[in-house]
Amino acid sequence: MDKLRLIEQTVMKDDLPEFTAGDTVNVHYRVREGNKERIQQYLGVVINERGSGANKTFTVRKISGSVGVERIFPLYSPFIAKIEVKKRGRVRRAKLFYLRDRQGKAARIREKETVNKK
Amino acid sequence: MNGLIGKKVGMTSLFDELGRSIAVTVIEVPPAYVTQIKTIESDGYEAVQLSSFKKKANRVTKALAGHFEKADVEPQKVVTEFRDFQFDGINLGDEITVADVFKVGDRVDVAGKSKGTGFTGVMKRHNFSGVGDSTHGQHNRDRAPGSIGQSSDPSRVFKGMRMGGRSGNKRTKVQNLSVAQIYGESHLMMITGSVPGPNGSYLEIVIKD
Repeated sequence: MDKLRLIEQTVMKDDLPEFTAGDTVNVHYRVREGNKERIQQYLGVVINERGSGANKTFTVRKISGSVGVERIFPLYSPFIAKIEVKKRGRVRRAKLFYLRDRQGKAARIREKETVNKK
Repeated sequence: MNGLIGKKVGMTSLFDELGRSIAVTVIEVPPAYVTQIKTIESDGYEAVQLSSFKKKANRVTKALAGHFEKADVEPQKVVTEFRDFQFDGINLGDEITVADVFKVGDRVDVAGKSKGTGFTGVMKRHNFSGVGDSTHGQHNRDRAPGSIGQSSDPSRVFKGMRMGGRSGNKRTKVQNLSVAQIYGESHLMMITGSVPGPNGSYLEIVIKD
């Protein structure tokens, strides 16, 4: 197992911020159009994290127009230029799939109160 | 046909130059030692016998101990013969490493013992499609094999009829995988896709001609 971890470290990046389910993140994603590359931003709530090591992925949900959009990103994908954590949410579970059944006010997430903020 | 002996470490994923995620298997390939060279004159065919994975000297039978001594090699766990091994100026006792044999992009076949799955039905074991219909009053036939023969003539089931039974734990070869990465110093290599057997099982990795 140790050998596997050794290898996974070559794939993993260490410049990514820590975040978890309930946090609001802005993912800067590299998009290729022909030969040109530009960065697209995708802002939403992390509702799921799965996998470990180099296989880790996370799901970001946002409401675009009035339609819910979910996108799964491999955490260590070379397409991810930057991840910004906008808000830390206080949630009581690891998977926030219940947000899919909620809209508007009901889909709000309470912000985590941190000692530094006060 | 060149090859080496490896040990499955586990699976993970890589990103290629296009940013796509590729599933890879990590294989430990320690240096192998040439313990016997078979020639047409002495054995009727050409092959090279390789041994790898060090073993404690007190765990080796006297017969094998003598065999290793002949090649002046420490006792090893796995002894495998590779037919028509092409390696210039190969000698008894030579050490062969991953980097000597493989390079990134090589096409390889990987053989090993598949995971034993115990008694399985015909759908899992022989890829039958099952009989059952979910409607028309049918029940209990979803995973059934169907007819296994005719009645009065021949009035028996032919030998070799595919049925349920013990599956897996058999030598299996996966063909045409490609070498994704080689780590010479740590004696590891990565191969795209999956290979037979559980983590920790021994594998034969052979380059496709």
